[in-house]
Amino acid sequence: MSELISATIPKFTSVFIAIGAFFAILALLFAIAGRVNGKKARPIALTLFLGPALLLLLAGLIIPAIRTIIFSFMNPDSNGWVGFANYTWMLRDPNVKVIMVNTILWIIVVPLFTAALALLLAVMLDRIKHESIPKSLLFMPMAISFVGASIIFKFVYEYRDPTQVQIGLLSSIVDFLGGTPQNWMLSKPLNTFLLMIIYIWTQMGFGMVILSAAIKAVPADIVEASSLDGASGWRLFRNITFPMVKTTFIVVLATGVVGALKVFDIVRTMTGGNFSTNVLANEMYSQVFVQFDQGKGSALAVVLFLLVTPILIYNIRSLRMERTNS
Amino acid sequence: MSAKLASHSSGRKIFSTRIAAVVVWAITIIWTIPTVGLFVTSFKSDADILGEPWWKSLLHPKFTLDNYSGVLLGNDTQSLSSGVLPYFINSIVITLPATIFPVVIATMAAYALAWIKFRGSDFVFFSIFALQVVPLQMALVPLLLLFTGGAHIGSIPIFPALGIAGDFAGIWVPHTMFALPLAIYLLHNFIASLPRDLMEAAHVDGANHFKVFRMIVLPLAVPGIAALSIFQFLWVWNDLLVALTFASGTEEVAPINSKLASLVGQYGSGYTALSAGAFITIAVPLIVFFSLQRYFVRGLLAGSVK
Repeated sequence: MSELISATIPKFTSVFIAIGAFFAILALLFAIAGRVNGKKARPIALTLFLGPALLLLLAGLIIPAIRTIIFSFMNPDSNGWVGFANYTWMLRDPNVKVIMVNTILWIIVVPLFTAALALLLAVMLDRIKHESIPKSLLFMPMAISFVGASIIFKFVYEYRDPTQVQIGLLSSIVDFLGGTPQNWMLSKPLNTFLLMIIYIWTQMGFGMVILSAAIKAVPADIVEASSLDGASGWRLFRNITFPMVKTTFIVVLATGVVGALKVFDIVRTMTGGNFSTNVLANEMYSQVFVQFDQGKGSALAVVLFLLVTPILIYNIRSLRMERTNS
Repeated sequence: MSAKLASHSSGRKIFSTRIAAVVVWAITIIWTIPTVGLFVTSFKSDADILGEPWWKSLLHPKFTLDNYSGVLLGNDTQSLSSGVLPYFINSIVITLPATIFPVVIATMAAYALAWIKFRGSDFVFFSIFALQVVPLQMALVPLLLLFTGGAHIGSIPIFPALGIAGDFAGIWVPHTMFALPLAIYLLHNFIASLPRDLMEAAHVDGANHFKVFRMIVLPLAVPGIAALSIFQFLWVWNDLLVALTFASGTEEVAPINSKLASLVGQYGSGYTALSAGAFITIAVPLIVFFSLQRYFVRGLLAGSVK
């Protein structure tokens, strides 16, 4: 215990020093720059306000991303050129084929299912009393890390030998329904879908919350008018509600695609990418930090980037439209 | 108020109230059961966990706190020499600065982009917005190399080796960098919508940008800053990729989430450690989530619904 305390004190000291120094420097710069008047005042303010962020983005994202692209044409140690070898490897390697198929499955199934369920719940929540309780409980998994969620579902998916008691919920339900429980994490392709459930479980609430807000923003008189015209049920939803929340629905879908593309923690924790469950982001990590091949790892990161580019372009376009409209 | 709103909004007549209530509550229960299962399991002894499923244990409870004391301090669990408490402390040490730094820097940048006119302002804003979807993976390796070896053109060093790899600073800095695009975007939405008259009046009264920022923008942006801080706190606490890359797995710097991920490998007698360890890890974000949910939701909405 005393060992723990003696190890902890310097840690907290470093936190206080870091935060203190950070604010002290800011206060000092603000005080000095605040005294400057006249022509130079604006450029100095601009540099001080925007400079740190731009510098960090340049050093932390932009330059590293460019270097990753360069590394993707180099050997494992990044000290010799190999041309497109790291990319042709992806086309030839049978394991990468499995990874690509899985990744594509993830970015199709997960966003569609998440957004559809989120929309269904958002519409239904709008109809019930005490909606804040189910809303909050459905949203809760978002606060749980993917590692934590994976462990939660490790207990759900737990499989025991038939001679023993089944302690996993899934196995027990299957047993109860008269089926035969199996070692779920080994049975492909079911295992990939079981991993997707973990992701959907954590992220669905986000979509539900923002779709629910969008539905509440639909003007009441439009709904009234169309229900007076006899629209109800599916028609009301298709003709009024859905068109009004379509933009938000697309945001939820796009967030789902980007998230599913980068999924790493769940696959790593549940199967380590074994049993045909591997995905791009996990393979990228293994290539760099397990196989020590910076070339292949970087090439995989570039592919990951290329896959999000359509969403990037779409986002910029819609932001442009928004800016010119407002 | 909310009941009145609901009866007028568009969910009306799509589903009958009763069907909606049944479906929503059924899904809510399904959604909650896995977490309850982990919670109950974490209070069961090892033999008990294997002996019967957790929902049956609820009928004749004999629960114990041994798992928690064991996993925290590592008393009688052979697989854990020192327990997860040091990692839990590391998580706090990592999360506080990695939340404060990006939020402050992003608030300043968002103010500059919203209220200081300059040529190329739109371009900078669009570029930062675009960086949001660039996968972290694109930056990991070069950034790690930058921390350990600096940057060179030929043999001329253009950036010194920071020597912060494997140190807390080596985790704070990447988290700060990676958080900025989303943080600046969210706060820009918030700060740009502050009343223009207020800013102009202050400038007419002779206040410079620093004064306007401190006296007007900061106080008014508190809800946005709070929402973003909660979001960033959850993100950093729950992160695995940055922690694995920039913190070695040791108890000197590694956060509890990455420790938990490494516990998964140790199976067999690891059930007690795994369930209690997982619950300790998720307890902090759950407390933050439930107590500050309202601010968090407001921030999310500001970012994604127009």
